[in-house]
Amino acid sequence: MQKKFIIQRFCPEKDKIPYWQIYEIDCQEDWTVLDALEAIRAFDPTLTYRRVCRHGVCGSCAMNINGFNSLACETRIASLPKNIKIRPLPGFPIIRDLVVDLERLYQNYTVIKPYLIASSPPEKEYIQSLEERHLLDGFYECLLCGACTSACPTFWVNQNFLGPGIFLQACRFILDSRDKGFNLRKEILRKSDIWRCHGILNCVEACPKGLNPFQAIMHLRKILLFGGKR
Amino acid sequence: MNKHQHEILIIGAGIAGLSAALEACYGGEVAVISKVFPIRSHSVAAQGGTAAALGNMEEDHWEWHFYDTVKGSDFLGDQDAQAIFCYDAIKMAYYLEHLGVPFSRNENGKILQRYFGGHYSQFGQGPPVRRACVAADRIGQAMLHTLFGECLRRKIKFYNEFLVTHLLFHKDGCCGCIAWDLVKGEIHIFHAKLILLATGGYARLFQFSTNSAINTGDGLGMILNAGLPLEDLEFIQFHPTGLYPWGFLMSEAVRGEGGYLLNQAGERFMERYAPTKMELAPRDVVARAIQMEIELSGNPYVYLDLRHLSEDFIQERLPQVKEMAFKFAGINIKKELIPVAPAAHYTMGGIPVNIDGEVLADGKKEAMPGLFAAGECACISIHGANRLGTNSTMECAVFGHRAGKKMASLVKKTNYLPLPKEQISLALEEINHLFVQPPKISIAELRQQLQVSMMQNCGILRDQSRLKKQLIIIQDLKEVYKKIGLKGIPRTFNLAFEEVWELRNMLNIAEAVVISALAREESRGAHYRIDFPKRDDKNWLKHTLIWKKEDKLNLDYKPVVITQFPPSERFF
Ligand SMILES: Cc1cc2nc3c(=O)[nH]c(=O)nc-3n(C[C@H](O)[C@H](O)[C@H](O)COP(=O)(O)OP(=O)(O)OC[C@H]3O[C@@H](n4cnc5c(N)ncnc54)[C@H](O)[C@@H]3O)c2cc1C
Repeated sequence: MQKKFIIQRFCPEKDKIPYWQIYEIDCQEDWTVLDALEAIRAFDPTLTYRRVCRHGVCGSCAMNINGFNSLACETRIASLPKNIKIRPLPGFPIIRDLVVDLERLYQNYTVIKPYLIASSPPEKEYIQSLEERHLLDGFYECLLCGACTSACPTFWVNQNFLGPGIFLQACRFILDSRDKGFNLRKEILRKSDIWRCHGILNCVEACPKGLNPFQAIMHLRKILLFGGKR
Repeated sequence: MNKHQHEILIIGAGIAGLSAALEACYGGEVAVISKVFPIRSHSVAAQGGTAAALGNMEEDHWEWHFYDTVKGSDFLGDQDAQAIFCYDAIKMAYYLEHLGVPFSRNENGKILQRYFGGHYSQFGQGPPVRRACVAADRIGQAMLHTLFGECLRRKIKFYNEFLVTHLLFHKDGCCGCIAWDLVKGEIHIFHAKLILLATGGYARLFQFSTNSAINTGDGLGMILNAGLPLEDLEFIQFHPTGLYPWGFLMSEAVRGEGGYLLNQAGERFMERYAPTKMELAPRDVVARAIQMEIELSGNPYVYLDLRHLSEDFIQERLPQVKEMAFKFAGINIKKELIPVAPAAHYTMGGIPVNIDGEVLADGKKEAMPGLFAAGECACISIHGANRLGTNSTMECAVFGHRAGKKMASLVKKTNYLPLPKEQISLALEEINHLFVQPPKISIAELRQQLQVSMMQNCGILRDQSRLKKQLIIIQDLKEVYKKIGLKGIPRTFNLAFEEVWELRNMLNIAEAVVISALAREESRGAHYRIDFPKRDDKNWLKHTLIWKKEDKLNLDYKPVVITQFPPSERFF
């Protein structure tokens, strides 16, 4: 299966602005975009991107493929047209080629205090009912790949806006029946410009894990307005 | 030159590295170096569960877990370490839960546990017991993210996307390392009182593998280069069910939750290999059975059958397996069979350490001052010749924790040793040399030749002629490797640099693996020799040690620690 890859290249040591480079290669039916990139690298070792697990659990290889933020390792070539255009995640500074600087995303993650706030645990485990545990489904699975955040226009223009993925993570801790940091977390969210989300839903479309950051934002807003954890 | 000084330096940010950091920081100032952002570490991929005899589902005892671990290891594990492991696992599971790991729950609101191969009740005499603590099928992510969050709370310093290339030794001990900042393409020198290696395993030596691309055994490579020994490298676990043709893991949880294996003829063939335990026999037994079926039928895979499980149940317990089968193979697991074959998965061998994680300079008793190791890169040895599913994430947590504690207790009594100038300049020369040679050799091709040949000649079924052949192949590849160059490839995020370094480690380790496997003329656990199909306790109830001296690999052996359970034949 012959495919044409149009890949955005940029190297700060020699380029002033990014440019496109075309690679035409023969792909196998069962390849993913990551397999194709690896095949390209076999003859062009200057091409650079991040990759670790190869099967959609680590979140390293998020990039923009034909206009969609996706994980390269789980995007099947067969599902794409003949021309495949790949660029780095938008909205983050480019380090080189498809590698972006996610520092802002990671900083925002620390802002929401991504750990359980609780004291004097019991001797064995905390008891958490099935219903309480179910509340975490759809929130704890986030890989922090940056795909949703990168798709968010508010994140692009508003430095104070934490971004959809980070709000989803905040929800994960607020919804945890073991967490006692509710008031603290509320204060953090108050300062976060959460009201600037315009509900464009790009984040929902972009999440490779099918999570719903917009729902998390709505939930957090409800809490800020009306109080109550759930 | 960029120089840094930290009291305690941890190399690797998987479950082992982060667990160690959380304890070490009570005693001194800690920094963690990782070649990837911490939550991208391979630990994030663990699926099935983490072992602890909590008895949340039915009666269970750490002693039963102890027995299963000993038997699972085919009696090659050290029983002193195994006992500590099984006892501490219980406390550790609660500790992790208190940190916030989102475990799944049973009806009583306690941590949900599930069946896993090799875990039974009544010292192996009773029925299987649910011992694997579960977070759906995402235990690795649940543990790793939680540990990382806790490290952020404690303000532990991280150097992310830094590739460690060399360890530095003073005559009195380990005192630092050299690392390459991948983003900027610059060299950094780290000076430390205590260093812990938690760099993970080396199952990427094989082509068909469940492992992350980065699992290239860098820590082991550095140890080998430093002239220190490695232990039991020949024991490489093949997971029975890698999704064909990629090798992605179809968790053992699938079988724990009632999935069957079928061959081309639609038979549940495990009846013939492990009549009582069937699909829940340990991994070495099931993987070998599948490989036999594959070689008998000539078809490169067998099938996993989940069609009898309900939709809701699958969604609740095995969502990731369902998603992966669909995303990659377009398979609806409710209606279709999943093609699977054994894939290289876990490496039992590693850096010999004592129960506090201190690296053993002679492989036996004598600790190398300043140097520690934990997690999959270490060999304590809990898993002996074969690891039981779910024992490894817990090993990382328990022994990461112990090593961290030990470092915390030592750090204030330890001084900084002077950095060895000569070693540093040699290392820098080596790195700079890469940027002088032109890039004529394809790194990817060389790596693939290694991985494919290891699979063929040093895989599940081994014999002398294949192993000897493999040794020659590796030696040839090492010659080609010398011609690798990176001239003209800009330094900023130079992925090729990382791959070159990883490949160097892989070639060195592969050679040591093959030599260890060639010497062990018996079959035990994951190491199966067609030409020596029986376990031979008289000659081989011992650990292999291998180290490099003047470019030659030497072998030695040491006894297995047996405290409670004398070796007996295994039946499943
Ligand atoms: C698909 C899959 C599923 C699994 N499921 C389970 C399960 O259900 N239960 C279970 O118990 N076990 C499971 N395992 C095994 C288990 O996940 C691993 O053994 C364990 O996570 C290893 O953790 P670690 O901390 O030792 O290393 P890793 O998590 O591999 O981390 C290694 C770290 O070292 C760093 N590093 C490596 N080299 C360098 C270098 N040169 N310089 C700087 N940093 C470096 C990496 O960046 C990384 O941070 C599974 C394994 C796989 C492959």
